[in-house]
Amino acid sequence: MKNKALAAPYLVWMALFTIVPLAIVAYYAFTDAATGEFTFANIANLGNYMPILIKSIWLALISSLICIVIGYPVAYFIANCKETTQRFLYMLVMLPMCISFLLRTLAWVALTEDTGIINNFITALGLQPLPLIRNNGAVVLGMVYNYLPYMIMPLYTVIMKIDRRLIEAAQDLGCNGVNVFKRVILPLSVPGIISGFTMVFVPAVSTFYISQKLGSSGTTLIGDVIESQFKTAYNPNLGAALSLILMVMIFICIGVMNRFGDEEEEVVTL
Amino acid sequence: MKRIVPLLLCAIMIFTMLPVQAKADDVTINVYNWGQYISDGTDGYIDVNKAFTEKTGIKVNYMTFDSNETMYTKLKTGGSTYDVIIPSDYMIARLIAEDMLEELDYSNIPNYALVDEAYKNTSYDPENKYSVPYTWGTVGVIYNKKYVSESDIGSWDLLWNEKYSGKILMFDNPRDAFAIAEFLLGIDINSEDQDELRSATYKLIEQKPLVQGYVMDQIFSKMEREEAWIAPYYAGDYLLMQQENPDLGFYFPKEGFNLFIDAACIPKGCQNKAAAEAYINFLCDPEISGENLDYLGYSTPISEAKQYMDPETAASEIAYPTEETLSNGRAFINLSEDTSRFTDSLWLQVKTQGGVDTYAIVCMCAVVVLLAAYFIIHGVRRKKRIANRCKRWKQ
Repeated sequence: MKNKALAAPYLVWMALFTIVPLAIVAYYAFTDAATGEFTFANIANLGNYMPILIKSIWLALISSLICIVIGYPVAYFIANCKETTQRFLYMLVMLPMCISFLLRTLAWVALTEDTGIINNFITALGLQPLPLIRNNGAVVLGMVYNYLPYMIMPLYTVIMKIDRRLIEAAQDLGCNGVNVFKRVILPLSVPGIISGFTMVFVPAVSTFYISQKLGSSGTTLIGDVIESQFKTAYNPNLGAALSLILMVMIFICIGVMNRFGDEEEEVVTL
Repeated sequence: MKRIVPLLLCAIMIFTMLPVQAKADDVTINVYNWGQYISDGTDGYIDVNKAFTEKTGIKVNYMTFDSNETMYTKLKTGGSTYDVIIPSDYMIARLIAEDMLEELDYSNIPNYALVDEAYKNTSYDPENKYSVPYTWGTVGVIYNKKYVSESDIGSWDLLWNEKYSGKILMFDNPRDAFAIAEFLLGIDINSEDQDELRSATYKLIEQKPLVQGYVMDQIFSKMEREEAWIAPYYAGDYLLMQQENPDLGFYFPKEGFNLFIDAACIPKGCQNKAAAEAYINFLCDPEISGENLDYLGYSTPISEAKQYMDPETAASEIAYPTEETLSNGRAFINLSEDTSRFTDSLWLQVKTQGGVDTYAIVCMCAVVVLLAAYFIIHGVRRKKRIANRCKRWKQ
């Protein structure tokens, strides 16, 4: 009883600011802009935006994978340091997040532009400037840079909590280093990988600022389309429909990701 | 104790969301204007809003938008009230048609009498009931003389010139962008013909691979730092940019160009109409208009204001083109709602075109197939393993 009462404020908050807005989004998605009648026309528009949606998911997927590849060793290293060092390194990972994400993205623009800092340096050396900005690579770079801490945090928490005795037991039973990692540490850190993946993938797939600043006129993502419907085109119905579809897509991706987790747990318990 | 903390946090959250009640004698007006569109005290020029507060005691809460469409959406979606807005001609006609503007009380705006006759009884506000001109101006091509050869200039087709691929900027609003394609194709910029609008769309899609970005106010920094070399923009802003980078040049394309008037209006829902009218009147004061537009580079609709300007600016052929040049200018007329919607959908088509990335689609399909294969193989292996264990257990 006591626990329920404590949760009440949050439940009210959830209902007011999550459930109700979602219902409004759904309402807009299924109504006509001019007449307000029920329609599937907005959802039917999906065909036109499918390539963009796939591209958004693809870029977000790549960014999430790169984040895992970069983030895992970092988290592993931090988790194996002395406790005081751990706290310091953890703070270093968090530090960039104290600065606005918009500013940090703009800083990348200043670095990578044709007349930016890096290219100025390159041309000063007498070389041709590199096309660093306005391509898919730059967008992925922006995503990885901005969302990497969200990958490291859950990984670090999970790896740190792995019972050292399990590792010792594996070593006692004759496992070599590679196998200890492959058969003990990695399976046990799967929950961290999954929550890290989710925390990177979800904001990356719906971003619009990064693609606008670091992308070209050809790297329009689904987030850009949704933003434009609310900001300039004044077509909230289409915007809501696209948001709804994106949400469903995200749920599917997370669902697939969670199946990995289920499998591993079953293997462990068997 | 534990129960109080979350409740307290909730209470704090809710209270911080409530609007702060202003004191009764403390009048503040919300002004919503284009970005980079008022003299704000830079380089020793006048700070218009500060001067207004000093004169009248009315505070100005100044906000900016980057296109007429952004402003329209903001007004439509509500949630915020504005006392003064400064949209362009065709948008004013749209706002009037949709009954979103208050009629002005011109007895509170005596300076309106000073506005030149040419800027009264306009097509967008024929009876002079809703608007007071703030500036007028033209759209042309800004280019960097260091990189763009003189033989290429003169026409809108410079924006389609493959030589400058990746160094061309384009308007990020449908009306201005479509007008450029339409001028080039010889179509009327107020055309409501769907086929003509479609051909303009194809023209814009054809240009897309060469375009560095669709931008509005970012044009300033991109052109000044030479990140981009060619951009269509408002003549007044060219004069401002040229002070920063003297290598920038400007021309009026021979096919014709947009001629616009931006005017101050009061939207429905305004909280302080008298204060808003005082602000509009202040903007029309010849001395203020002169000093303000001296900085902005846009053209003043009040001839008397020119005496307060730098004589060089007042004589500039870019801010005040000759009659002959002006005869090539065309004004926007408000399009019907259907055409506006149609143009918006075409514009979205332009913006999303080229997003089709066969590489990404193929890779995504591969990922889906691999995942499916993984789960199937895994499932089969698990079944086998369980079967084996069962067998062993029975033995």
